Amino acid sequence: MLSEVKSRSAGLDSKVPAGKLEEKWTNHKFKLKLINPANKRKYNIIVIGTGLAGASAAASLAELGYNVKSFCFQDSARRAHSIAAQGGINAAKNYQNDGDSVYRLFYDTIKGGDYRAREANVYRLAELSVNIIDQCVAQGVPFAREYGGLLDNRSFGGAQVSRTFYARGQTGQQLLLGAYSALMRQVGLKKVEMFERHEMLDIVVVDGIARGIIARNMVTGEIESHSGDAVLLCTGGYGNAYFLSTNAKGSNVTAAWRAYKKGAFFANPCFTQIHPTCIPVTGHYQSKLTLMSESLRNDGRVWVPKNPSDKRSPDQVPENERDYFLERKYPSFGNLVPRDVASRNAKEQVDAGKGVGERMNAVYLDFADAIERLGADNIKEKYGNLFDMYKRITDEDPYKVPMRIYPAVHYTMGGLWVDYNLMTAVSGLFALGECNFSDHGANRLGASALMQGLADGYFVIPYTIGGYLAELKKDKVDEKHPAFTEAANNVKGDVKKLLSIKGNKTVDELHRELGQVMWDNVGMARNEKGLKEAISKIKGIREDFWKNVKVLGENEELNQSLEKAGRVADFIELGELIAKDALHRKESCGGHFREEYQTEENEAKRDDENFAYAAAWEFKGVNAEPELHKEELVFENVQLTQRSYK
Amino acid sequence: MSGFFRFIDSSVGKKIVMALTGLFIILFLVEHLAGNLLLLLNDNGKIFEEYSAFMAGSLNIPVRIVEIGLFFFIIYHIVNGVRLWWGNRVARGFSYKVNDPSENSTFFSRFMIWGGTIVFIFLVIHLRTFFFPYRLGNPSNTMYEGAVEAFSNPYYSIFYIIALIFLAFHLVHGFQSAFQSLGIRYNKYTAIIKNFGIVFSILLCAGFALIPLYFLFNAGGN
Amino acid sequence: MNLHLKVWRQKNKNAKGKFVDYEAKDISTDTSFLEMLDVVNEELIKKGEEPIAFDHDCREGICGSCGMYINGRAHGPQVGAATCQLHMRSFKDGDTIVIEPWRAKAFPVIKDLVVDRSAFDRIMAAGGFISVNTGGAPDANALPIPKDVQESAIDAAACIGCGACVAACKNASSMLFVSAKVAHLARLPQGKPEREKRVMAMVAQMEEEGFGACTNTEACSAECPKEIPMDVIAQLRREYIRAFAKSEEKV
Repeated sequence: MLSEVKSRSAGLDSKVPAGKLEEKWTNHKFKLKLINPANKRKYNIIVIGTGLAGASAAASLAELGYNVKSFCFQDSARRAHSIAAQGGINAAKNYQNDGDSVYRLFYDTIKGGDYRAREANVYRLAELSVNIIDQCVAQGVPFAREYGGLLDNRSFGGAQVSRTFYARGQTGQQLLLGAYSALMRQVGLKKVEMFERHEMLDIVVVDGIARGIIARNMVTGEIESHSGDAVLLCTGGYGNAYFLSTNAKGSNVTAAWRAYKKGAFFANPCFTQIHPTCIPVTGHYQSKLTLMSESLRNDGRVWVPKNPSDKRSPDQVPENERDYFLERKYPSFGNLVPRDVASRNAKEQVDAGKGVGERMNAVYLDFADAIERLGADNIKEKYGNLFDMYKRITDEDPYKVPMRIYPAVHYTMGGLWVDYNLMTAVSGLFALGECNFSDHGANRLGASALMQGLADGYFVIPYTIGGYLAELKKDKVDEKHPAFTEAANNVKGDVKKLLSIKGNKTVDELHRELGQVMWDNVGMARNEKGLKEAISKIKGIREDFWKNVKVLGENEELNQSLEKAGRVADFIELGELIAKDALHRKESCGGHFREEYQTEENEAKRDDENFAYAAAWEFKGVNAEPELHKEELVFENVQLTQRSYK
Repeated sequence: MSGFFRFIDSSVGKKIVMALTGLFIILFLVEHLAGNLLLLLNDNGKIFEEYSAFMAGSLNIPVRIVEIGLFFFIIYHIVNGVRLWWGNRVARGFSYKVNDPSENSTFFSRFMIWGGTIVFIFLVIHLRTFFFPYRLGNPSNTMYEGAVEAFSNPYYSIFYIIALIFLAFHLVHGFQSAFQSLGIRYNKYTAIIKNFGIVFSILLCAGFALIPLYFLFNAGGN
Repeated sequence: MNLHLKVWRQKNKNAKGKFVDYEAKDISTDTSFLEMLDVVNEELIKKGEEPIAFDHDCREGICGSCGMYINGRAHGPQVGAATCQLHMRSFKDGDTIVIEPWRAKAFPVIKDLVVDRSAFDRIMAAGGFISVNTGGAPDANALPIPKDVQESAIDAAACIGCGACVAACKNASSMLFVSAKVAHLARLPQGKPEREKRVMAMVAQMEEEGFGACTNTEACSAECPKEIPMDVIAQLRREYIRAFAKSEEKV
């Protein structure tokens, strides 16, 4: 089977080990070559990003003895956007005795991802999930507890067991602070050198092997070269291509995109997740969207008035004139259907004119029943900080008035193509966490992003990097190598160019234009015509950008417009690739919904015959068509079925 | 520096020292007030004189030791407080153009160095009026007579009372702050300590103020 | 609504800064404070003036990046909120808003409203962790932790490291930040083995960075966007006294 995969697409060897699913990782770990503890300090590893994947990887590698350089664009490693994850982290601990198992978590994840993920990776993720919880508790992460002192769990979308561990509504924060503290410990021990306010702007590749990076010191503007024996990209997702998303303002695709331009493949870029429960847009000045944790769907009921354009306030709409559309359509999962399903249904209601709120751009998430059943105190204990956050933003009290929610871009399942070892198509260049494409297929289940980031960083890369380094020939390429000079000069040239255009459009203006096209044509529902239109519009925006962008100031200072300009330039190029990928994938699956391909019940209709593969795109030049490489997905353990949450 | 001196000179340790010396001075003030109230007994100072003779007795070894300790602690409290204030000023560096601390902290908590300075000036004058002449010098009259004379002077009495008001300010924050500095803060007791501190500070200073008021309005009454 | 802004502008660390007046016009009350600054910045760029630099990232009050002194208050008038969670409905039409960077010797200004808070990272590197390497952790349920202990730990662990405590404190003291971490870890059984070493190391680094000493004004807790309670500071002191009492060093 595996050899078949190899032969079909040269250069895309997933390196999935042979053997039974349950034994692959154990056997693989044993077969990987090791590096003598005393020799580990001879290797320098560069880690870009300090979110869950980056911080956990940098800390774990330093603990093993490697020398690590860790980079982040924020002013502190603790601010990476993993911190904003609210709901929780999945793990197949089966503490609740409700029938969970590693296999069930694996199965739910594969199914939730609409059968577009690699089996072996997902199984490994489910297997490692249990270690993550142990590790985090040992670090002092204050997960919620029962009165007896044992860990508590809650349910999340796409699962019928309670396997989500949480720390109030700030699970991401607590997990990241755990990883960050492990990282800072290694900084204190001088095993990790931190580079805050540094942005990676290029990968240096010599003879097909990643040898280091070029980074800009965002305070002084200095373009720095850093060499290393391996480079780890832990730089998150690219949701900000849509301008409005739940991502942090600084979240960007630049590191991954520059890696793509240096030979790494970008896989499944059209697999973007639109999260169903976000606070709707209020005005043109909107700079970002705020997520309301999926956990709210445990107790909140989603509804719209049955009659379009019903302008009554929610308490005036009698029970029989409300449509609890998720409960009606999906009786077995109800409000806890996976995110893609929930989002599409909300869009359907709003498009049908049943949207609520002043701008009619939302659906209700109502807690009245839960408050009556469990009491306001119970709800407050579970969701207090989320309710406060909602109230602060909207000036409405969700204890009294139902929340108004609407989908927003949240997560990107696509990313750099990696093999089973998390290595990209460029030797020595690895991608971890949201930055890679590997584990969530076409749709990610709630509370699985944190799990993946930490699994990759704590428990996968420490093994697989050893296997790579052990086979790497020790011909040191240091910063004096001409490849570094060349890459640094290119970066300097790009910066100079951005500053010299002096056009009449601000970076944000162009970014908003891109975002509008992406949201309208490459959003929750896509079709051929819209995608073609998007591609041509985005090309126009790209030309406009390089003619008309206005970036003030200079390089040799803190220059936030310059930083943004570089990122938006990459988003524009990426946007085109997302649209192309969406256009080529003539099926609907998970977060990728093509209107032409739906079941009679308006559900996503996959085409397993022709599209059961990961589409990995290879860069061929900005104006050239990217080349498609297919990694056929081999399902040896699960049967591909039409997902049903009814 | 040995561990102990490093400990008491750390930012946390300095506050612990402030708390301990402050609480000691508060205890002294309670004792001092009790003694002073003897002035009001309307016995022409008989019992007061006996009390002050006892307290000043050169063979009263325990009191002599405590007295030396008291002076040491007062000086330490002052020097330490000034060092804290100066270090904290330097830590700010550049002041805000607009600052509205009344929204987040009490006036008393921000007034400690100034209230303390006024109390210190008072202390110097107070020692000059009573302690130095009657304990160290050759007084021409009894301490009781000295007190009556001093407090019959309305300027001195008013100054004395104003200083006591500042002492109360200092204690309103200082009392509860001392507990916080020693790490004694548990939600169920916080309100008790704070409220007790306020009532205590007012009563203590009102008690001291009674004496000049009494002599001011009863001047020549005897 | 229309607003008059007075914003601190400073080209770089060594330059001398000054206040510059700007007008923010036609701002909706639903706009967040940072979005209002975005609007002002867009206009500045159009006019060819450099936009106001300020740190921000998540814009949902959890990353701790944003932070400015707004009309004399850290993070502005809203209690329990970071600057990004402040909305313009907290202001009135025609208001003058003075915006300054955090002021502390340990937080030098980098540009305009952006300050260098790396001192916090150094304090964390000195001891803000539990020394466990990856792997080898026992089962997460092997150590039951009472619910109230876990709750009090997370009360302290909620700190976002924004620096408002330092900015608001008249002494520019970082006690609330340091104490929050000390208390978070000291309250949990996992943190107990290193508690003495941790508090000593973190306090020493805090002093080294040039933060002031806490004098219990409680301004930090009042301005903290996560409303970290004062009892964490008391706990740090108890930990500190305990660490000294237990230290092996000769008196």
